[in-house]
Amino acid sequence: MGAQLRVYKRRIRSVSATKKITKAMEMISASRIVKAQRAVAASTPYGNELTRAVTAVATRSNAKHPLTTENPSATRAAVLLVTADRGLAGGYSSNAIKAATELSDRLRAEGKEVVTYIVGRKGVGFYSFRNRPVAESWTGFSDKPTYSDAKNVAATLITAFVTDTADGGVDELHIVSTEFVSMLTQNAVDARLLPLHLDEVAEEREESAKAEIFPLYDFEPSAEGVLDALLPRYVESRIYNALLQSAASEHAARRRAMKSATDNAEELIKSLTRLANSARQAEITQEISEIVGGANALADASAGSD
Amino acid sequence: MAELHVELVAADRKVWSGAATIVVARTASGDIGIQPGHTPVLSVLESGPVTIRLADGGTVIAAVHGGFISFADNKLSLLAEIAELADEIDVARAERALDRARHETDEHAERRAEVRLVAASHRAA
Repeated sequence: MGAQLRVYKRRIRSVSATKKITKAMEMISASRIVKAQRAVAASTPYGNELTRAVTAVATRSNAKHPLTTENPSATRAAVLLVTADRGLAGGYSSNAIKAATELSDRLRAEGKEVVTYIVGRKGVGFYSFRNRPVAESWTGFSDKPTYSDAKNVAATLITAFVTDTADGGVDELHIVSTEFVSMLTQNAVDARLLPLHLDEVAEEREESAKAEIFPLYDFEPSAEGVLDALLPRYVESRIYNALLQSAASEHAARRRAMKSATDNAEELIKSLTRLANSARQAEITQEISEIVGGANALADASAGSD
Repeated sequence: MAELHVELVAADRKVWSGAATIVVARTASGDIGIQPGHTPVLSVLESGPVTIRLADGGTVIAAVHGGFISFADNKLSLLAEIAELADEIDVARAERALDRARHETDEHAERRAEVRLVAASHRAA
């Protein structure tokens, strides 16, 4: 076999091995999207009921709570960035990081100091490579977050929020995550989580469901007590929802990236096969012409001697 | 007999829903029993077993850890961070968790494990 042909054969083998891997990853991600979507759907009843309860308390009492009070002269803002633990997911992590950078720039332009919290190894890597400070990070659950993961994250952020700014606390909390719109579309979005606007919560609810008039609830032990217990749960469930949506988006982004990698590998194999075929043809043609040439030379030589 | 509609929802799934005649749960200010036509109430749940009595005489017991109970328009919502039906509780695992919690003097974990065992012990009855 000629050298050229051998090189082509070797590259075809290596590309088909890669194709097998990307194809497997594509199928794994495809099955996980369904699971992740189911997890998002399963957490919706809790989120809806919680929003309903928060709205009910908010509309029936004027209770003030640290989590809803806005600091007019906010100087420190926390940004929670949700990225993936693993790569090979196309632009998923970098889109979220880009959105977080834009948000941070915007906050800095407003004269606020930005404190960054990160979920996912990719975001941590990005920030540590550039020597940017990270207040705290959590890794290891980006593809399958549980409620206790969200609770952990929320606990740290709520503590930071209720701490005085002078003691290293923050006045605002923003979250950058990836919204799962469809299998093909995932958008990196940022939202302000704290301080909570109870009116906004109520408005959101009105948009999603038809407005309803809440009955006169008896609050036990008191409206403040209920709100005290309710609001941290609400923040947790919002963070949980963001983590779940991001996980679904991660799988969708990975599936798409792996699908195009598989398609590209197929294309590459096809063109390499063509090149290998023509190299083989060229080799055969050359062999034939060598034989014919050699035979002619022999015939000429023997004709001359006669 | 009048019935109320119950939804028992955990953070990551809907645990149980259906019609019941009375629901007993433990709130921050003591046990509360809710029958159809109760005044609208919104309260904070403690870790504890929740008993749901069905119209046909059956009983559903669940262990809940933290959350809320809200009742209005004959609809009762039980929101819990963690909720398990008695049938789903792995007694051996709960006992192990209880031992471990006692060992590490983790009060919350101990309480959680106790509630699980209490709920599980009712299921045979």
